[in-house]
Amino acid sequence: MNIHEYQAKALFEKFGIAVPRGTTATTPEAFITALADLPEGPTMVKSQIHAGGRGKGTFTDGFKGGVKFCKTKHDAREMAAKMLGNTLVTAQTGPAGRKVQTIYFTVASEIKKEYYLAILLDRNSSKPVIVASTEGGMDIETVAHDTPEKLFKIIVDPAYGLADFQVRELITKLGFTGAEAKNAGKLIRNLYQCYWETDAAMIEVNPLITTPTGDVLALDAKVSFDSNALYRHPEIVALRDLNEEDSKEIEASKYSLSYIALDGNIACLVNGAGLAMSTMDIIQHFGGTPANFLDVGGGATKAQVIAAFKIILGDKNVKGILVNIFGGIMDCNVIAQGIVEAVKEVGLKLPLVVRLEGNNVVAGKATLDASGLALVSGSTMADAAQKIVKLVA
Amino acid sequence: MAILITPSTKLLVQGITGDFGGRHAKLSLDYGTQVVAGVTPGKGGLFFEHGTHKVPIFNSVTDAVKATGATVSAVFVPPPFAADAILEGVDAGLDLVVAITEGIPVRDMIRVKRAMAGSKTRLLGPNCPGIVTPGTGKDSSGGCRIGIAPGYIHKNGHVGVVSRSGTLTYEAVFQLTSKHIGQTTCVGIGGDPVNGTSHLDIIKLFNADPETHGIILIGEIGGNAEVEAARWIKANCQKPVAGFIAGATAPAGRRMGHAGAIVGGAEDTAAAKIAVFKECGIEVAVTPSDMADALLRSAKAKGVTLC
Repeated sequence: MNIHEYQAKALFEKFGIAVPRGTTATTPEAFITALADLPEGPTMVKSQIHAGGRGKGTFTDGFKGGVKFCKTKHDAREMAAKMLGNTLVTAQTGPAGRKVQTIYFTVASEIKKEYYLAILLDRNSSKPVIVASTEGGMDIETVAHDTPEKLFKIIVDPAYGLADFQVRELITKLGFTGAEAKNAGKLIRNLYQCYWETDAAMIEVNPLITTPTGDVLALDAKVSFDSNALYRHPEIVALRDLNEEDSKEIEASKYSLSYIALDGNIACLVNGAGLAMSTMDIIQHFGGTPANFLDVGGGATKAQVIAAFKIILGDKNVKGILVNIFGGIMDCNVIAQGIVEAVKEVGLKLPLVVRLEGNNVVAGKATLDASGLALVSGSTMADAAQKIVKLVA
Repeated sequence: MAILITPSTKLLVQGITGDFGGRHAKLSLDYGTQVVAGVTPGKGGLFFEHGTHKVPIFNSVTDAVKATGATVSAVFVPPPFAADAILEGVDAGLDLVVAITEGIPVRDMIRVKRAMAGSKTRLLGPNCPGIVTPGTGKDSSGGCRIGIAPGYIHKNGHVGVVSRSGTLTYEAVFQLTSKHIGQTTCVGIGGDPVNGTSHLDIIKLFNADPETHGIILIGEIGGNAEVEAARWIKANCQKPVAGFIAGATAPAGRRMGHAGAIVGGAEDTAAAKIAVFKECGIEVAVTPSDMADALLRSAKAKGVTLC
């Protein structure tokens, strides 16, 4: 689960992580009262959407930049009026963009130098890793590729937690001294605490900055959480913003379906994540384009299949559907009956290819054949994929 | 021979009184697996009954091990309690804990894995379909089935299968069995980013098992476990190996169902992994329908008989 920058900064403050003073507004009327909380002078205006690349983004009305520096609070108010309610398109939003529903005003800090700091899981060691760089404000993948010597990693032993010597090592590598070193050490320790205690999946601060007075601040904050751990963090669940999520994905989650919309025109409905991914792959292999990832889980009940068809058909690009079910334990005939009823209930008009395999498959295929529906049966994944690709071509 | 488990392996089931654990305990009993104990705290002294089977239930794993000699556990405990259940199995000195549970918080698994360092117990999973060593009876019955895989699709034989994904494993096994090629052991290592046993761990076991003549290695986008296994195979494994990577069409930055299936960088894409497979002499299945055929191609090239 992702949260907004302003929410992440509020969380940071709870953990004693220094951030520039900030305030939010969700209506133009609230701009004045929100800005009254900030001192007069240079102010940042930041569009709050979950996607990155906001600064370089463009609004659908042509206005450029979702993050702006303003010399005065008055300018900030005018700038905010152009952003609020407008739709911001960034490299990460896709062409549809995201509507800006919250504006975050912060004091514009004087920057001495920018750094990069992140905490996430290191999959190789199965331990948390702190990644830091002296090259802040840049795309970290580029830094890792072009100047790997400027990227530092500290693996944390979860049995002990972040050790002081590791913090000292990191501070030395980043070149901090004096007050900066003290403040950076505190920030790193608190950031790790925040990562660990909130079950964060990833915390990214880009940039982390130093100021001419020796302060060390998190200028940006990107935090995502492990969705499997949300049950023990009601305070984090409360930060969820459904406006930022795909409505079809929300609908799918109500039926324990895992759905992700893609750009193609062949929808697929599959049981199991690995099989669902490879069904997308095989559609593409035979010259088609998958419209979605959809995993109905181990079961595939009638209610799930109906819900899945409705979600799939909500995507107007879809020209055909491929159902690929390996009924290991589940009776294929029960699945077949579910498919038949679902097709009848939603009044499916598009080409449908069904590949059914596994337990009691002969009866399942007989049910499909006897249904009178205009569906096509596929014998293997390859056969089914070729058939649906041909039907939508 | 097989790896990790044999038809005489004594299994206990943690969470046997739950719907999910109970249903699969019954299927394992039907398959001929030696399910000797169940563990549910507070229900010790009761029995899990299925047909003529009467499996004693214990309050703790240690009690179950003492009374029955079980050496392997299947964990069907709900996510908030699963980490604790795994560690209980480790504490009881089990050889193998197979964690089926899906949805365990990553932080719990980070701690479990660290706590298991130096212990004699191997963890398989979590979020995995389990492990099957097929038997020689009808529809491969008489074997050892731990977890949620359909037993009947297997056939006793000489191919090892290792995968992160459940249904994709079944797909591979089904293709093999349809071609009358049996399996030594089929292992699901699970789709989570932190798991107990890696592709490479299983590949090493298959390589050392004289009964395993060929291997199917099924991977996904995300992480570098498949690459690590492939490089080891290139240097150490003479047996025919076929590989498949799911997720060629998955967009970067989106989780594809499995918590671990997400493209983070250039190195963990399907294309990058497939390139390494080819470089390491692994016969790549071009589509998921091609997994058994890919192994047959590799076996033919190496002059190895799989049946």
